Amino acid sequence: MSEHNSDKRLKGASMGTNHFAGVAEDVGGYGETWRKLAAHCKKHLPLIVFALILAVAGSILQILVPGRLQALTDIIQEGIAGGLDMDAVISVAVVLGVIFACTALLSFLQSYTLAGATAQISENLRSQISRKINKLPLKYFGRVSLGNVMSHITNDVDTVGQALNQNIGTLMSASALFIGSLGMMLWSNWIMALTAIFASAIGFLSSKAVLSHSKKFFKAQQNGLGAIGGHVEEVYSGHSVVKAYNGTKAAKEAFAELNGRLYAATWKAQFVSGFITPLMQFSGTLAYVSVVVVGAALVMRGQISFGLIVAFIMYVNQFTQGLTHIAETFPGIQSTTAASERVFEILDEDELSDESHKTQRLSSVRGEVTFKNLSFGYDKDKTIIHDFSAEVKPGQKIAIVGPTGAGKTTLVNLLMRFYEPDGGEICIDGVPISQATRGDVHSQFSMVLQDAWLFEGTVRENIAYKNKGATDEKIAEVCTAIGLHSFIASLPNGYDTVLNDEAALSEGQKQLVTIARAMIHAAPMLILDEATSSVDTRTEALIQGAMDMLMEGRTSFVIAHRLSTIKNADLIVVLKDGNIVESGVHGELLLQNGPYAELHRSQFELPARPA
Amino acid sequence: MGTSTGEAKIHYNRQTQSRNGVGLLKIIRYLKARELLQVLTVFAFAVLQVRLDLLIPEYMRRITHLVQTPGNPVSDIVAAGGFMLLCALGSLACVFIISFFASKTSAALSMRLREMLFTKVGDFSMKEFSRFSASSLITRSTNDITQVQQFAMSGMQMLLKVPILAVGGIIGIAGSGLEWTAAASIAFGFVLAVVAICLAVVLPQFKKMQEFVDKLSLTVRESLVGRHVVRAYNAEDFHEEKFEAANNGFTRADQATNRAMAVMGPVMSLGTNGVVVAVYVIGAFLISAAGQTAAALAVFSNMVVMSFYLALLFNAVKFITKVVPRMPRAAVSAARIIEVLETEAGEDGVVNGEEACKHGEVEFRGVSFRYPGAAGNALEDISFTAKQGETVAFIGSTGSGKTTLLNLVMRFFEAAKGEVLIDSVDVRYYRQEALNNKIGYVPQKAVLFQGTIGSNIAYGENGKGGYSPEDIARAVKIARAEEFVSKLDGGINSGISQRGANLSGGQKQRIGIARAVCRNPEILIFDDAFSALDYKTDRELRGELKAKTSNTTKLIVAQRIGTIMDADQIIVLDGGKIAGMGTHAELLKSCRIYREIAASQLSEEELAL
Repeated sequence: MSEHNSDKRLKGASMGTNHFAGVAEDVGGYGETWRKLAAHCKKHLPLIVFALILAVAGSILQILVPGRLQALTDIIQEGIAGGLDMDAVISVAVVLGVIFACTALLSFLQSYTLAGATAQISENLRSQISRKINKLPLKYFGRVSLGNVMSHITNDVDTVGQALNQNIGTLMSASALFIGSLGMMLWSNWIMALTAIFASAIGFLSSKAVLSHSKKFFKAQQNGLGAIGGHVEEVYSGHSVVKAYNGTKAAKEAFAELNGRLYAATWKAQFVSGFITPLMQFSGTLAYVSVVVVGAALVMRGQISFGLIVAFIMYVNQFTQGLTHIAETFPGIQSTTAASERVFEILDEDELSDESHKTQRLSSVRGEVTFKNLSFGYDKDKTIIHDFSAEVKPGQKIAIVGPTGAGKTTLVNLLMRFYEPDGGEICIDGVPISQATRGDVHSQFSMVLQDAWLFEGTVRENIAYKNKGATDEKIAEVCTAIGLHSFIASLPNGYDTVLNDEAALSEGQKQLVTIARAMIHAAPMLILDEATSSVDTRTEALIQGAMDMLMEGRTSFVIAHRLSTIKNADLIVVLKDGNIVESGVHGELLLQNGPYAELHRSQFELPARPA
Repeated sequence: MGTSTGEAKIHYNRQTQSRNGVGLLKIIRYLKARELLQVLTVFAFAVLQVRLDLLIPEYMRRITHLVQTPGNPVSDIVAAGGFMLLCALGSLACVFIISFFASKTSAALSMRLREMLFTKVGDFSMKEFSRFSASSLITRSTNDITQVQQFAMSGMQMLLKVPILAVGGIIGIAGSGLEWTAAASIAFGFVLAVVAICLAVVLPQFKKMQEFVDKLSLTVRESLVGRHVVRAYNAEDFHEEKFEAANNGFTRADQATNRAMAVMGPVMSLGTNGVVVAVYVIGAFLISAAGQTAAALAVFSNMVVMSFYLALLFNAVKFITKVVPRMPRAAVSAARIIEVLETEAGEDGVVNGEEACKHGEVEFRGVSFRYPGAAGNALEDISFTAKQGETVAFIGSTGSGKTTLLNLVMRFFEAAKGEVLIDSVDVRYYRQEALNNKIGYVPQKAVLFQGTIGSNIAYGENGKGGYSPEDIARAVKIARAEEFVSKLDGGINSGISQRGANLSGGQKQRIGIARAVCRNPEILIFDDAFSALDYKTDRELRGELKAKTSNTTKLIVAQRIGTIMDADQIIVLDGGKIAGMGTHAELLKSCRIYREIAASQLSEEELAL
């Protein structure tokens, strides 16, 4: 039994993790991702080019070092027999010192520049995701887990940033070193140069073969982090229920499953990437030995002097060093690619349609709202609202009642353009809302939702919210009107007490804050969706008074189970399964003795006394 | 989660600062014996690898010598080259093994830490949970652990080699002249000092950085959760600005750390390169001072040996420069992880309560409670008894302590004074799991998980071996969810998206109620769980509950008089104190507050009842 149970949990927990399935197919796409990443770095291109120039300069200096060291050794070696030329020693040493100092300075400047650039690139990516979240259709959040979205910002961008910072610089200077020494080699002797290239190509190709396997592990690692984030976010958010139901064990099992997968992806990714450097070092040694053997053969044949070999050995060293450093950056580049892909997954999501071209403005709205043959379903094949039509005159108070799941909140979602109807339209003052911008539609309404939502900030910030002009007096006035003021005054810092999403207030108090927020907002129209469900009825009566004042002359839509709140509505619409089954005013509807009358009776019907 | 009332959130002074440094050392304790063995294996192979790597320059010199001395057959060079390649191959094999164990061990360590962290948080009561924000705990479970894991990996791959190289280098150097040793010591002292200064500078920055990661998570999470409101108020800018503040803070800390780290690499290479030149110059002086050829030759060979071993030490330094930039952030992360792991979850009791002769009796004896850091009591001197099968309802104004009272029953928080007893045993003495098995709890806001309706109802464990399809069907029926569940395509197996975004408020709440009923508990706790239901459903549901769970004690918080007027006992709370207790009829007569509440809801004739 419990097996069946935990099975279900597992299935549930992994719903948001189907990214795992797509891992294997996702090996290609480097170019695409890097093209996008490069586009994001465009602004920082001058800095990156500057760093590149520094890297090249540093590498050129570095190429000079072995020759100077060799010269120093030679001078000393010659001087063993006596007559050591100290002046020469000092002058070479000074040159070396200057070179080292310059190299250090260049390398510092390069790292410093890159640190700035990569941090800003990451900052920019995070901003983009944050803005993207507000541009995505709300539907999107039905299919992803919040923790996974958070993981894009914290884990994926972090990986991109760290990897870029650690690898771009190395890649630049290593490439410069590599190209420089390659040039020197070719210039010195092409046969030995080809030998070195050939030998190191073996290492390079085998690294590439290894790497072709590793990217999927990196991707799986980032996906795994996202999936874990999703699960963890869900469980921590529901902590009280998880605890109270002894659900910890099942949550742990689901967690262990995700954790195990992340483990597998992680160690494989790490193993493969840890393997690249030594592979390249080996091929460096191989190149060295090949060059020496070929060179020795050439010396034997008298084609070259052994002095050339000695010089060449230095170049080979630098060449393979460059190559090794380049290869070292590959795993980092791969994890950058994998993490960037995930970043672009969300950045490339289809946004809400662009509305900047819309010129229709809803200004000085009277508040006439018309619903014309509205139909809608969250899933295309499951219609929730069927052919809904209604006309609301300016200033009217419209109550929408009906059993749970009848589509009341859905109507609000359509009115606010959170979702677009499948058929029909809604007009405000005769203007179809689809012709106005979403922002314009939103600003016509003050809205209080079923789930009271506060953000981390002071009580004042939570109430004033967008309305920066709200004075303290106004806020206090509104709070007094709804009976919230004395409570806030009792908080340690009054209106400056910091609240957040987690705790701090009771549900009812949270609702009061959101009501105050809506009242301060004072838009032309009002939507109250179960706005007082967690508030006690005495306070509700108080709010009612304040609300009635607020609603004076404002078209308002009220969803409420407590019918007392809507008795005085100008129009009561009774919904059932997305259809209007009845509409009218309170008295009429009671007389009709239909569903409304039944609903009305049910709230006063006294439950049967126990026998 | 509305788990506390009235009081501003308390910010504990988290004293991690002093623990940053030791964080990484403490993490080692979490390695298992097998993994320690693996670390030792890594070490052993690292020794072997270093040994083989040392042979390579040896062969290199021999080859150079062979090439430089005319008359040597190519075959000698090929042979030496062959040995050199063998060494390289051996070294490669060592690295293969090192990488294998290092990656397995570091991944296993991170897996264990993640699991321990998750388990620990699972053990937290609300009190400990509220010390950290959920966002911070999420960061700690993902981002922080990744930092530690990456450090552990590179630590094993590189840091372990440092002592090997250093010991080898120092032994080699110790034999050569005093002048050189002094030069080397100065150079290394310099390098170490630079590293130490860099670390001291960046550690607090890294700490800030992880705190900004928390902040980033928090702002994103909050605008995700409140997305409807954000859009309704066109407040996207507001939240983007808020995010940008955190983003900017993170970026500045990130830049500061990376820039400080940018000093380290170049300074180290300057130090190490400088000492090479110094060795040569000193060598030159010594040689020219030696006068005799033999003595000069000795100095020269000493110098060559010296520079060779210095190269070893430089290698060690090179490894340090690669690992060290990761270290401070990993250390901060480790401290943050350990902070959670070392937070004591409230001690679990031992009582299973199976042998109790009472079932479902809840008693409060003079209970007072104060949220940590709050100025006043949230509950004061609460006493009442709910006998088996009774329904006790709580009513009162917003913030009067109703939810708080229920939280004490479930031991989310513990009473400061007095006792909360279930079946005559103080809740503190119960094993938490046993206590939970007695209770079915429905919170104010329905909490749903990704999965199916079925998996949400058959959620958790009740200590009775899971739930049968019949249990679930019964719960669905009692919770009056049958009607809408049957209309869904998948019925009971219909999918639920995160937080039940695809269901209406009332539907979510009914699933929450079905979940509680499905447990078949001794005590059902409804924290204002009926408010989201229409009256009809509310009434029918309570009728079903009454009929089908008559032996179950019910504690109900409600706003509607209709929901509670038939309760055996109604307790009116006001400012955390009991303002009245009795039946509906009694309270109408005796309790002013109750009468006011009733008057706001009922008609005249009903009041007269």
